[in-house]
Amino acid sequence: MKIESTLPNMFIVLTAISLVSGAALAFTYGRTKPVLEELNRRKKVQAVAEVVEGFTNVPTDDAYILGDFPGLELYPAFDGGTDVGTAVRSFSPNGYGGPVEIMIGFDADGVITGVSVLSHTETPGLGAKMTEPGFLSQFMGFDPGRATLAVTKDGGDIDALTAATISSRAFCEAAQRAWSAVQAGGGR
Amino acid sequence: MNLRSEFTKGFFKENPVFVLLLGMCPTLGVTSSAFNGLGMGLATTMVLLGSNVVVALIKNLIPDKVRIPAFIVVIASFVTIIDLTMAAYVPALHAQLGLFIPLIVVNCIILGRTEAFASKSGLLVSVIDALGMGLGFTMALVLLGTLREILGNGTVFTVAIPVISSNPMLVFIMPAGAFLALGFLIAGVNALRSRFELAAAIRSGEPQFRFGAVPLFDATDAKRAAEELAAKKAARSAAAAPPGASESKEGE
Repeated sequence: MKIESTLPNMFIVLTAISLVSGAALAFTYGRTKPVLEELNRRKKVQAVAEVVEGFTNVPTDDAYILGDFPGLELYPAFDGGTDVGTAVRSFSPNGYGGPVEIMIGFDADGVITGVSVLSHTETPGLGAKMTEPGFLSQFMGFDPGRATLAVTKDGGDIDALTAATISSRAFCEAAQRAWSAVQAGGGR
Repeated sequence: MNLRSEFTKGFFKENPVFVLLLGMCPTLGVTSSAFNGLGMGLATTMVLLGSNVVVALIKNLIPDKVRIPAFIVVIASFVTIIDLTMAAYVPALHAQLGLFIPLIVVNCIILGRTEAFASKSGLLVSVIDALGMGLGFTMALVLLGTLREILGNGTVFTVAIPVISSNPMLVFIMPAGAFLALGFLIAGVNALRSRFELAAAIRSGEPQFRFGAVPLFDATDAKRAAEELAAKKAARSAAAAPPGASESKEGE
């Protein structure tokens, strides 16, 4: 017995289907929400732990932002009461395929202790190589106070990725922005 | 209805990607690696299974005039459920597939199977149809992903292949390479199909519609091919037989 296509029938059936679907979605959302939140929190904590070390606090709980640097988030790292550095979530809007988002860590003297790419949309095989150690390792121990955080083509001290100068430039810009923010927010 | 053929049709003769050419957006978008293809294929299979089951169960309750919106609501709900579940339990794969998971909603295979099959069939065949079509889609995506990953990145399921991996052809993991690789695969499948169809047509002397909705050969083609084949056979047997023997046969 097929139900006739009368207006009330169509109204009732579509409403019923939407209600049941809505309930199923609400149930799934309720079940996955705590898992997703925990996952996001852990991802952040892990990203911070990758770029700074020797801290005993939870940097993500002490996160702060600076008015002069919109979009940046700073995570201070302490060992007991002493300042052991800062992790910064920084970005550049000027990647080849879109914005580049990085996590970068500095020790108390402003020397880079680690860096990782959080998200990017660069070309696979060219700009996307910015996530590989071959490019990232040159930032380890780099002191932006003494050397210049820019690609060699722009008079800096960073070797750009082959055939991906724009991506490399965006990365340096994000790193430079993070360093400026740490310098500005120093003595917090 | 034959359950076995309902299951196997999705793999070759009605393969969604190679024969029906449905669902090209995820096919071209996510297959930069074999693993992505597998993930996308299985996610689509799950959605297809869920919506086919529900539609087969409630098909008599849905008034004809609102069947498409009703199907879409069912499909969209399953996609969102899969999307949330994948984000929570397989976050790495979910991050790779990104936007393409929500886009399963508009994949023509899903609506196509619910509308053309599940809304007219029983529960069991609808389940079989969903599994066959979904796994056929998965197979196609894994094939395409494997081909592109080997050529474009020098790896298979992220395991590096010596020689190729030192200097891969990058174009194959970029969008243009998706079209190239898919073109070659469809050409290969078409060559196989035409061989099967021609062989079947020659045997019966009639066109065969067994592989896909569109026959690759019409009746005259099949007839001509059959005649040519018969002529060739006759010529061969005439050449093989000694002249004297054939003459004496003619004499009789």
